[in-house]
Amino acid sequence: MREPKALPYLLIAPSALFLTGLFLIPLAQTAVLAFQESGGAWGLGNLRRMTDELNFPDALANTFKVVLLAVPLQLVLALGMTMALRNIRRGRDLLVWVWSIPLGISDLAAGLVWLAILNDQGWLNSALFRLGLIAQPQAWLTYETPAALLAAIVIAEIWRATAIVFVILLAGVQLLPKEYEEAADVFGATPWQRFFRITVPLLKPSIQTALILRTVLAFEMFAMAMALGGRNFPVLVSEAFNAQYFSQDYGVAAAYAVLVMTISVAATVLYLVALRVPAEQR
Amino acid sequence: MTKGPTTRLRHSAVLAALTFAWLATPAAAEVVFLSTQLRPIESAQKLRSEILKDFPGGAEFVTEQPPQLGVHIRAEQQAGKPVSSLIGALHGELQPLAAESLVPLDDVLETLKDRGLNPGMVEAGKLGTTKQMFIPWMQATYIMVANKQALPFLPAGADINALTYDQLAQWGANIQAKTGKRMIGFPAGPTGLMHRFFEGYLYPSYTGGVVTTFKSPDAVAMWTTFRDLWKTVNPNSTNYGFMQEPLLSGDVWIAFDHVARLIDALSRKPDDFVAFPAPSGPKGLGYMPVVAGLAIAKGAPQAEEAKQLIAYLTRPDMQVKTAKAVAFFPVVKVDLPGDIDPGLKLEIDAVQKMTSAKNALVSLLPVGLDQRGGEFDKVYLDTFQRIVLRGEDPKAALDRQGQALKRIIAETKARCWLPDKPSDGPCPVE
Repeated sequence: MREPKALPYLLIAPSALFLTGLFLIPLAQTAVLAFQESGGAWGLGNLRRMTDELNFPDALANTFKVVLLAVPLQLVLALGMTMALRNIRRGRDLLVWVWSIPLGISDLAAGLVWLAILNDQGWLNSALFRLGLIAQPQAWLTYETPAALLAAIVIAEIWRATAIVFVILLAGVQLLPKEYEEAADVFGATPWQRFFRITVPLLKPSIQTALILRTVLAFEMFAMAMALGGRNFPVLVSEAFNAQYFSQDYGVAAAYAVLVMTISVAATVLYLVALRVPAEQR
Repeated sequence: MTKGPTTRLRHSAVLAALTFAWLATPAAAEVVFLSTQLRPIESAQKLRSEILKDFPGGAEFVTEQPPQLGVHIRAEQQAGKPVSSLIGALHGELQPLAAESLVPLDDVLETLKDRGLNPGMVEAGKLGTTKQMFIPWMQATYIMVANKQALPFLPAGADINALTYDQLAQWGANIQAKTGKRMIGFPAGPTGLMHRFFEGYLYPSYTGGVVTTFKSPDAVAMWTTFRDLWKTVNPNSTNYGFMQEPLLSGDVWIAFDHVARLIDALSRKPDDFVAFPAPSGPKGLGYMPVVAGLAIAKGAPQAEEAKQLIAYLTRPDMQVKTAKAVAFFPVVKVDLPGDIDPGLKLEIDAVQKMTSAKNALVSLLPVGLDQRGGEFDKVYLDTFQRIVLRGEDPKAALDRQGQALKRIIAETKARCWLPDKPSDGPCPVE
């Protein structure tokens, strides 16, 4: 190779250009848009109008409710699934395959599937009716039933996105050396002790990655809330969408985008600090 | 299997080159027809496959969200390379484009003299100028539909064709008392047209205006009454987009919507449903006629073909075909054939009764708001959410939303439109 020094840079140049052109520049433009008033002067007018919006408090609260409920549950579920898989020999591949199916389904399609299950004429209502548990269809997804609506969205989110946490943890578990656990076993540690004292600490880098990815994506949740909740369940991103497309209020839409980004960055930093991985383990 | 990697590579290269060539060629000969109407996929598809397919030379039908139309057209023109030739949009959506982005169509109107175009709509097509800026294309409005199962519950003495809002509320309450279900439905979901109900029906019927009377005492009374009516409305209404769906599934028995969003229920089960005019309030029967027009963009690449397409779309046989396909009604003199779809017949009769009612009060779509139309609609929807869904005090909510309304009107300098009285300068919120 004649240019061994330049080659790596040449190879990453296309992706770097791509990211600069289609990600960094629009990002900067959005930030500019968020802090620019209609006359061109700098200011916080857009942010103020955003916080004054009728649905802003609800959107903020709903977004956090979903993240705080769904992400921990997803982590626990995915850990359980990964651990269960370690003790399965026959049918292991089939199980991995089935558990990963939701990964291949788009948000909106998944939302529509859950809508078909949960609406008034949905499968759940039909099943409960056949079993004689209800006398007439129950509405779960309306503004009158906020708790049921939140539960529906959290369950659907868990169904849809646990797979990505599971896949990351599975990859991490497969790299863990067996020796530590065997040693612990010899010294008489119970399965729970082995899990909490050995497996989980060793898995910390994978857990960190999975949590960052999942949390950032959960803050950006949109299609699921739109499909199941519509106007009844505003989230930050759906309000940004409405400001952009229905109100044509680009400043407010940009303000929402900057807010979502700030929250995501804060969550990432929090994970990086809280789940710090010692250098020798990286 | 016998193909070597080189052959395969060559094939892929040819395929890629062909794809690229296909992408790079502008669909040259076809007129690009940009429309804010017939956006629902089914309607757009019917227009393409049943009406535009026979147009000599072909036409490419592209849809755009109403608030984006102005941005879209101006962006094309500023880029110096316009793509869209024909624009199909509502009267109020074309109005802000008239001054700079449209070409006069007096010559086209001249050739269409014998079509019997509706004179009022032709006049509206001048858009406040001395020239003809759009040619009427099709018309529609909003009506009510009820399942026949609901008819026995009508309040005593009520005439379904001359209903008042109070009687509608009583009707819903009667059904709820007997069946335990809330069977009135409104299209208040994310894709629904609920804002038109407030702008064209409820406000005019109760206050005689839309903007000037926004926070009047009449409006306070109106919202208080409507909040009571809402107690008999199906709570799924905030998810409904097209009322034909819950009507067909039996979720609701009585619904308000755009004729094109009700036609499916009426066509599929004409014997199960009745169509009737919107209710009246103290100030009359407010209703919103919707006129869609055809205009040609300045610098249009296919201006000649676009003119031919206007002549084609306003041909009586095409107007009948359009009505059958997408349930927008003709704007030229036509004799509707005897074999017309019974669902469409129900709608036409209901519209006839509504427009000829003695207390009918025409309300136009917002005029002059351009891309702020979406924010304007949001004022009415937010007011609804505050007062009806969240139970806020009507007066306080109206004062607060009135500020937003004032800001939009002040920034666009929009003058009053019907049913508000004409204003010098921006329409005042009294």
